[in-house]
Amino acid sequence: MSTTKFGRYGGQYVPEALMPAIGELEDAYHRFVLENEDGFMDDFRARLRDFGGRPTPLQHAEALSARYGREVYLKREDLLHGGAHKLNNALGQALLAKYMGKERIIAETGAGQHGTATAMACAHLGMDCEIYMGERDINRQRPNVFRMRLNGAELNPVTTGRGTLKEAISETMRDWATSVEDTHYVIGSVVGPHPFPRMVRDFQAVISEEAREQVQEKAGGLPDSVLACAGGGSNTMGAFHEFVGDDTDLYAVEAGGSSLEVDEAGGVAPNSASLSTGSEGVLHGARTKLLQDSDGQIMESHSVSSGLDYAGVGPELAHLVDEGRVTPVNVDDDGALEGFHRLSQLEGIIPALETAHAFAFLEDEHEELGEVVIVNVSGRGDKDLESVIEETAERDIESAPDMDVFQGGL
Amino acid sequence: MSQSRIDEAFADGPAFIPYLAAGDPDVESTKEYVRALVQGGADIVELGLPFSEPIAEGSTIQNAIVRSLKGGMTPDTYFDLVDDLDIDVPVVCMTYYNLIYRYGEEEGPEPFVRRATEVGIDGFVVPDLPAEESGPLREACDEYGLDLVFIVAPTTRGERLERIMSQVSGYVYVQARLGTTGARADVSGQTDTSLGRLEEWDVPKAVGFGISEREHAERIVAGGADGIIVGSALVDIVAEGDTEEGTVAERLERKARELKEGALAGAADRPQPERP
Repeated sequence: MSTTKFGRYGGQYVPEALMPAIGELEDAYHRFVLENEDGFMDDFRARLRDFGGRPTPLQHAEALSARYGREVYLKREDLLHGGAHKLNNALGQALLAKYMGKERIIAETGAGQHGTATAMACAHLGMDCEIYMGERDINRQRPNVFRMRLNGAELNPVTTGRGTLKEAISETMRDWATSVEDTHYVIGSVVGPHPFPRMVRDFQAVISEEAREQVQEKAGGLPDSVLACAGGGSNTMGAFHEFVGDDTDLYAVEAGGSSLEVDEAGGVAPNSASLSTGSEGVLHGARTKLLQDSDGQIMESHSVSSGLDYAGVGPELAHLVDEGRVTPVNVDDDGALEGFHRLSQLEGIIPALETAHAFAFLEDEHEELGEVVIVNVSGRGDKDLESVIEETAERDIESAPDMDVFQGGL
Repeated sequence: MSQSRIDEAFADGPAFIPYLAAGDPDVESTKEYVRALVQGGADIVELGLPFSEPIAEGSTIQNAIVRSLKGGMTPDTYFDLVDDLDIDVPVVCMTYYNLIYRYGEEEGPEPFVRRATEVGIDGFVVPDLPAEESGPLREACDEYGLDLVFIVAPTTRGERLERIMSQVSGYVYVQARLGTTGARADVSGQTDTSLGRLEEWDVPKAVGFGISEREHAERIVAGGADGIIVGSALVDIVAEGDTEEGTVAERLERKARELKEGALAGAADRPQPERP
C-alpha cells in the first residue's frame, strides 16, 4: 500500500509548486520525527513538558460517573498550555520547521485555538508567524484573536466564501504557493496532503499514549470506549491512535449543526458531519469524506462551534470509519449547548463547544458505552463564552442557567 | 504518436492561449467572448470549469469563479457550452480534480473524459493533480485520445521534472513565477530559468502566470517559449464590463490581437526559432 494513503484516502492533491516543499517535509518528517535525528523528538517532548505542561491529567469525573452509573474519565487537554490539544501539533511543526531551517510560519485557524497555539509556539521558538482566519470566525472568537496578536502573530482576515475554516485553509495554501521556499505551513489538523495527516497524528498521539497508561493505572484496565469530537479530526486521532489495536470502542462525535438535511441548491450543509453524511472526494490536498453536492462542489458547512465548522475530515479517520474501527456519530447545536452547560455545572469544567458535543453524546448514549469511558476534553471553553451566551439566549436550553443574568438583569 | 489538434496548434509558430472562466458572467457571454478571442488570434482556448475551492488561483480568477458559480454553472452546463461553441481551435478544460473525479455514475475520471470527448474538448489542465496522482486521468485521456497538460513550477527540479515529462502531452504549462494566477506588471526572471530546464523536452512549452502585455508576450517567446497563456488580464476585462473603449467582446478581441502580435514579434526576434 502507498505510504501516502490510508486505504483509498489521503494522497497529495496540490499544485505542482508545492510538491517539492511537500517532498522536503516528508523527508524531514522521516528523519526528525520517525528517526529522532539530532534528538528532535527528545527536544519536542521536553518542550511539551516544560513549556506545554504535559502530561495532562486523566481525571476521574465523579459527578458524571455517578450520573451515568459507570466510570467516566476525562483526558484534560484543556489543561495544556493555551487551553487546547492544539499545542501538541503546533509546537511539533514549528519546531520541525526550525530544524528544517525555515524562517516563517503560516497557519490557518477556525476557532482560533490552532492559531493561538501556533502563535505561542512561534513566540516560544522566536519565529515569524502569520495567521489566516475567516472574517466570520474572527467575529465569533475575539479572545483568541487578541491572544494571537499578543503573542506577536500577524492576523490576515479571509473574506471569501462564508469566511470560515474552509476559506482560511484555501487562502493559506495560496500564501504557501507564493512563499514556499522560506515558509512552512503549520496545518491545524490531520488533513491536507501527505505527510500532514500522518505527521499531525503522530504529534497528537501523545494524548492516547498518556491516556492508555493512565487509565490502566487508575481503572486497572483498558477503557471500553473513547469519545472525542471530530471536526478535521486531530484531537480525535490523537485520542484514538494508541487504542486502535485494542478492543476499545472509538466514537468520533461530529457536529450535526441544525440539521443533517442538505440544501443542495443553496450549496449549504447545515452541519459539519462529513463522516456521518459526506461522500468521497478531493479537497485541500487529500482524498477524503466531504460535504459536497452531486457535481462535486464543496458545500458550506455549519456548526455552532467554529472549531468543527469544516466540510472535510482527516483521511485516516475516513479510512477507520470505512473499516468499521471508528463509529461516527453526531450531536446537533442544541445538544452541544446542553452538554456545555451541564459539564460546567456538574464538574466545574467549562469545555470548548467542540468538546461539548462529546458530552452530549455521553448523556444520550452512556448505556451503550461499557463500564469505563474516556472522554477527550479537547479544549477549554473560555473562547466560546460570547457565542455560548448569545446562542443560549436564543434557544430553550434546559441545562442553562438563567440567561437574564447575562443581559444585565441581576 | 499521432498529432493531436493541440500539437497542430503549435505547428505554425508561437501559440496564443487565452483563458476564461466559463459562465462568467453567464453562458451566452462566454460563447461570445471565446469567439472574440479566436477572432483576435487565439490558437487554443483554455476554458475554466469553476470549482468552489480554487486553491491555485489569485483573486481575479477566484472572483470570476464565484460569479460563474452564482450564475449556476455546473459540469453539465459547461459541457453544453463547449458543445455549442463552434470554433475551429482546440479547447482545453482547466478544472480541479474533484469535479473530474465526481462526474457521472461510475467512479473515477472516465465518465468526465468520455463526456468531454463527446463535446469536442481536446485536453485538460488540472492544477491540483500532480504527476503522482494523475494515473487514472492519464489512462482515461489515453483511451479517448485527449491531451493532459501538466504545470511545471519554478520549484520543480530533478526527478519531478522527469516524472512530469513522462506523463505530459499537448503542451507543458510553464508557471512563470511562484504563487497564484494573476496579472503582473512585469514578467519574472524565473521564467527563463524554467524554460532552460525544459530545453530538451519535445513537447511545446507554453508560459503562463502574470502575462498581461504585448511586451511580456514578445519577451517570453523570444526567450524560447512556444506559446503564452493569458488568463487574469482577460478576466479583468470581463469583470470590468462594457466601457467607453468598447464592449467586452471588442476589447477582448483587441487584447488578443495585441498579445498574439507580441508572440509573433518574439518569434521573429529569436535567432533560431525552435519547433516542437
